[in-house]
Amino acid sequence: MGQIVFYILAAIIIVFAVAAVNSRKILHSVIYLLFVLASISGIYFLINYTFLGALQLAIYAGGVIVLIIFSVMLTHNIDSKLETASVTSKILAGILSIAGVATTLFAIYTYQFTPVKNFNAIEITDIGTKLLSYERGGFILPFEVISLLLLAILIGAIVIAKGQHLIEQEYKQNQQ
Amino acid sequence: MISGISIYHILTLTTILFFIGIYGFITRKNLIAILISIELILNASVVNFVIFNTYLYPDMLQGVFFSIFIIAIAAAESALAVSIIVSFYRMLASVDVKDTETLKY
Repeated sequence: MGQIVFYILAAIIIVFAVAAVNSRKILHSVIYLLFVLASISGIYFLINYTFLGALQLAIYAGGVIVLIIFSVMLTHNIDSKLETASVTSKILAGILSIAGVATTLFAIYTYQFTPVKNFNAIEITDIGTKLLSYERGGFILPFEVISLLLLAILIGAIVIAKGQHLIEQEYKQNQQ
Repeated sequence: MISGISIYHILTLTTILFFIGIYGFITRKNLIAILISIELILNASVVNFVIFNTYLYPDMLQGVFFSIFIIAIAAAESALAVSIIVSFYRMLASVDVKDTETLKY
């Protein structure tokens, strides 16, 4: 059962990823990316890691895709088609990618992985206690750094997207 | 762990996904399309971290935390990239890579 679901998800991921990098309409490309991300969250649910599956759906399918769709709406005409790369550069990139796949798969299949037999599911309570523990192996410092990074990104995104013109106007108003 | 699916199957899937992202990164000429390719690459690496954690070291949680941090950084990166793209479009009325010669704020 899990096997069949995995193969279906893998087929969806690969087909829509190829469509997302080849589609000539940018909005179609974003929607194909949404299908890829949702199928990846299906793989997380298959390996019983429901926390990351929910996280993937909430952050990527809910947040990042909406953000990219907004930026597409702000910067593109909805009917315009993307300009494509020249055929030679497409062929070169294809050869490079296939060579990369071949090299990586060779390295993976020649290495002998030893998967463990007894498998226990990841508990959300374990994640919570380990993420906030300040003992050996705890992750409290990266957690705090990430929260600071998110605050900095929030302020930086507002300042950059606001533009120089609006900032200068505000400065003059404050001076008066 | 999925019954009947070994670690090699999933690593093959993520490798193909990663190099599809690389292909899009090289051939695309539009900034938002390049951002989409970067999301594909990041997602392939996140799946790899989780798979190594669950198949090889199920009593550790390091891969789990790294996947969470990668997702947080990817979301931050895409928010910043979108704001840069919008600001860039306001300056030059274009989002093509060949016009990105000046990025002075």
